[in-house]
Amino acid sequence: MSDYAQMELNPRGAVKSESPLAMTRARVAQAASPQEARVLICEKAFLGHLVLRGNADDEAFRAGVERALGLALPLEMGPLSLDEARGISIQWMSPDEWLLIVPAGQEFAAEAALRGQLTGHYAVMNVSGGQTLLELSGPCVRELLMKCTPYDVHPRHFPVGKGVTSVFAKSSAVIRRVGEARWELVIRRSFADYLYSWILDAAEEFGVFVASGEAARSAARDAARELATEAR
Amino acid sequence: MLHIYCPHCAEYREEEEFRPKGEAHIARPVAPEAASDEEWGTYLFFRKNPRGLHHELWYHAAGCRKFFNATRDTVSYQILETYKVGQKPSVVAGQSSNKGAAK
Repeated sequence: MSDYAQMELNPRGAVKSESPLAMTRARVAQAASPQEARVLICEKAFLGHLVLRGNADDEAFRAGVERALGLALPLEMGPLSLDEARGISIQWMSPDEWLLIVPAGQEFAAEAALRGQLTGHYAVMNVSGGQTLLELSGPCVRELLMKCTPYDVHPRHFPVGKGVTSVFAKSSAVIRRVGEARWELVIRRSFADYLYSWILDAAEEFGVFVASGEAARSAARDAARELATEAR
Repeated sequence: MLHIYCPHCAEYREEEEFRPKGEAHIARPVAPEAASDEEWGTYLFFRKNPRGLHHELWYHAAGCRKFFNATRDTVSYQILETYKVGQKPSVVAGQSSNKGAAK
């Protein structure tokens, strides 16, 4: 018998082993109901995302956007132009670029309205297929975000109605705060599965529930009430 | 980590969001076809490497995705100012080198 060295690569039980396909079956312990969860995740799929570019110094451009959408163009980083009733928002992305989000199915009409009102040097691009929106709600969302992004998400620095683009989980995301305990992430399609797994994993310790739209909204209302009570 | 002021976002952001892009204010020869090999080579490859104040180009990669300039002290790593491309720096070597450059 020859001399040889063999190593037990996967001693049963001692080390957690994962199949190379483990990510496709990502499972974390979910809370039993939305009420028990401290973080609710809800994808708002198939919204209309449009990138608008133009000269913010041009009075005609700003007026054209306002006529087409009924919302003012935000001229600085931070505050969103948001119409919750119609589900339309405009966010400043860079000095000559804005992200417009409209309800599912309205992107074609929104683009047509913009093109009807704008003249000169501008661009409207429907990027709905390239990104999606995740809504995070619940009392522990801020703590979850603190684990994911270097951006300061303290209420003093990140009031309701603010939106920024920053590093998120070594990738990037648009982070928007749309309510006391309700946040939105706009993430790229190619990073969506990675970021979703990351967020689920990061949220597990708080108690996470992946919800449908209505459940998430009612839980967000409860969480906002809870935060308001804590603040008092 | 450094907090760097982005002149476009008008906010201090984490260093992680930025990428350094080397020396700023490099003028392209006005008539490249008429430039000598030495001029063109200097434009393409030769960069300053000062000990002290340095004007640099930075890129806000994870934020607004715009370029801006920064005046940085290469000894202390202190960023003295950031300003938009096309603007002139207010802190220039020699004139205000004692003002805080080597804190």
